Amino acid sequence: MLRSATTWLLVGQRLGIAAITLLIVSFAVFFATELLPGDVAEILLGQAATPEAVAGLRTAMGLDEPAIWRFLSWLRGLFTGDLGMSYVNNVQVSDMLAGRLANSLRLAGIVTVICVPVALALGIASAMWRGSWLDRIVSVLTISVISVPEFMVATLAVLIFAVWLGWLPALSFGVEVDSLGAMLRAYAMPVITLSFVVAAQMIRMTRAAVIETVNTPYVEMALLKGASRRRMVLGHALPNALGPIANAVALSLSYLVGGVIIVETVFNYPGVAKLMVDAVSTRDLPLIQSCAMIFCISYLLLITIADVVALLSNPRLRR
Amino acid sequence: MTEALVSVRDLRIGAVTDSGRQVQIIGGVSFDIAPGEIVALIGESGSGKTTIALSLMGHTRTGCAITGGTIRLGRHDVTGMREARRAALRGTEVSYVPQSAAAAFNPSKRIMDQVVEVTEIHRLMPRDQAEAKARDLFRALALPNPDTIGARYPHQVSGGQLQRLSAAMALIGDPSLVIFDEPTTALDVTTQIEVLRAFRAVMDKSAMAGVYVSHDLAVVAQIADRIIVLKGGEIQEEGTTEQILNAPTHPYTRQLLDAFEPVPHVPAASPGGTILEVRGLFAGYGAVRNGEPAAKILDDVSFRLERGRNLGVIGESGSGKSTLARAIAGILPAYRGKVRFDGTDLHPDLAHRSKDQLRRAQIVFQLADTALNPAQSVGAILARPLTFYHGTKGAARDRRVIELLDMVHLPAALRHRLPSELSGGQKQRVNLARALAAEPELILCDEITSALDTVVAAAILDLLKELQRELHLSYMFISHDLSTVEAICDEVLVMLKGKVVEALPATGMRDATHPYSRLLISSIPQLDTGWLKGLEQDPELMAQFMRR
Repeated sequence: MLRSATTWLLVGQRLGIAAITLLIVSFAVFFATELLPGDVAEILLGQAATPEAVAGLRTAMGLDEPAIWRFLSWLRGLFTGDLGMSYVNNVQVSDMLAGRLANSLRLAGIVTVICVPVALALGIASAMWRGSWLDRIVSVLTISVISVPEFMVATLAVLIFAVWLGWLPALSFGVEVDSLGAMLRAYAMPVITLSFVVAAQMIRMTRAAVIETVNTPYVEMALLKGASRRRMVLGHALPNALGPIANAVALSLSYLVGGVIIVETVFNYPGVAKLMVDAVSTRDLPLIQSCAMIFCISYLLLITIADVVALLSNPRLRR
Repeated sequence: MTEALVSVRDLRIGAVTDSGRQVQIIGGVSFDIAPGEIVALIGESGSGKTTIALSLMGHTRTGCAITGGTIRLGRHDVTGMREARRAALRGTEVSYVPQSAAAAFNPSKRIMDQVVEVTEIHRLMPRDQAEAKARDLFRALALPNPDTIGARYPHQVSGGQLQRLSAAMALIGDPSLVIFDEPTTALDVTTQIEVLRAFRAVMDKSAMAGVYVSHDLAVVAQIADRIIVLKGGEIQEEGTTEQILNAPTHPYTRQLLDAFEPVPHVPAASPGGTILEVRGLFAGYGAVRNGEPAAKILDDVSFRLERGRNLGVIGESGSGKSTLARAIAGILPAYRGKVRFDGTDLHPDLAHRSKDQLRRAQIVFQLADTALNPAQSVGAILARPLTFYHGTKGAARDRRVIELLDMVHLPAALRHRLPSELSGGQKQRVNLARALAAEPELILCDEITSALDTVVAAAILDLLKELQRELHLSYMFISHDLSTVEAICDEVLVMLKGKVVEALPATGMRDATHPYSRLLISSIPQLDTGWLKGLEQDPELMAQFMRR
């Protein structure tokens, strides 16, 4: 299908808005962390520190400079890939992040690959045969998963698979990952837990979006043209439900990167979320800021992709 | 006599309400349709006409089900077969032209894909052959650019064109029966004529039978061979079009016909003086730049309304009728021009008018459903303006609410009900009573009878006249329906694209001089089977004023 120049102009506009949003977000992240109570130098040196020592450390760390100047140099660092030094470990933040981010992305990636097709298929199927036994079972399951907090799911998974059945290791980190089987086992429980929570949301949103379009006159018209149920839902309802579905998927997936703290903590999984929790307790500002930026960027990226999908799937938005 | 194409015997359709109660919507309906015959199902909203029409395709809307009787279509027993077999009939044996083509076209698919979909579903012919056939149908339906219109999306063509495109969609599978479900109700009168003409031409050429569902006897008179009058899910009368129009036997049919008779309006005694004077009014929507809004709607509107008289405003959708009412009421402040009420200038913006000025001019909106707060009882809805304008409280207010209900001929017990528990006509009466609560001198009526059935609308008009005699009101009556305007107004403004093209006395509308007024007035369907055939309209004139 031909997309006109205005379509791409709109897409470009949407990307431009994303870039501006990112700039505002970086501003907010930097100054929000600056507002955290307490002085880094005092905390680092402990209670016995002399005022001279604190002042010296402040100067050495550049904390005496005006905040806006520090923001700009931090921003410049972000663009050049220099995320600064960790206050606590005296290591490049980027080095600390690299491994953790790869771990997080791997986990998120696996969950995405498993979840999205399953969730979309189940959501669409239960909308297609609304009121059938399939729809009812899926509804009951998704509601129960959504109502149970994820630490509950995680703990139950540990109890069942690691403690009672002994099939899987309780911790993901520290297990020897030498074979494919071992790797599968190491990832199984975090992936299961996350998939449950993420897929349930996606299934419900997909089902709702499809059902809403199924109730429109043009889908009834398709029925009156003799279309099968399959054709009605896949051919007529789904293209118009793509926008809301893409947004639901993006929202659920963005949770994978930032919201997995509990899961990472329960399974002792070395991801970015856990790194950020540790950074907050040690008041490691550059690390906190970088983690926050990663979460924001991934969130923004997903939402932007969803908007572009919605834009491309709706001929009216392209005018 | 040849064998009937469709025969419906003792059809019963039931529905389950939200509270789980079983109700019967259609109670034992029987009729036949001969091959090539067009039968009209006529009745008010809730009479079951659409339900019956859809049941001919074996389809019932969610919550409804065929509970008894048989429907035979050709050799097929529609009521007895499985859903998959019914699906095979739809589009090939029987097809459907929807009420709102704008809603019935999938917004994300190109028109051609949707028109030829029937041939694809039933594997009738190869795609290129289907497209060629569709283009022939577009041509037969007098659509502009028949070769390229299929490549557009539904939002890129006008409402009248979409309605004709939906007919092409219904005809492409060569069905033996086509169901037209109020296909012109949502269209402007001048557009309606074109669409009716196109339908007629196509149906005359082919041997297809049709079911035409409508509430408008005049429209049906142009297209149907036979008319079935429905009320409350039962057949009241059945006969040829001529017989129903000229010699109705059932009292309900007569009532429907009577609603068509223009009731000559006798002007109320005028105490004299000008109540409303509008001079050089400009208004529009959108961002204001250099004192002018982005989308200018009203363009230099001027008129004068005498106290105790009624002014009608007619025009097609988008002509600025409602904008005029909103600008006078101050909801949409005019950016230029003057509104003088009883000798004093009103501020363009409602927020700067005094409470007394607000009280004296009230507005009643078209859709009582959306104008009444669904969470408040009728009593609370009427009490609010009483307290706001007159400071009435307690027992005095309750008394006044009952009085107001009585004025609009509603029982006092109704004040405890919610708007959702009222019928359409009752809601519109409450809507009117709310305006009366302010004790106004001028009421701006914005299409207040348009959403009502003819008989109910006629009763509302009688009520308006009665109130005028008692309370010495003046009305500005906005409508797209000329007979309504004729029945209540003294003067009429004809609007086109935000301008007043002509001001006429209501009794002399047939003598309009402006070409657009003449076109508009001649486009109103008449209760005469030969009207559409005999109607001659200058095609150049049509092209000039129609929004194609």
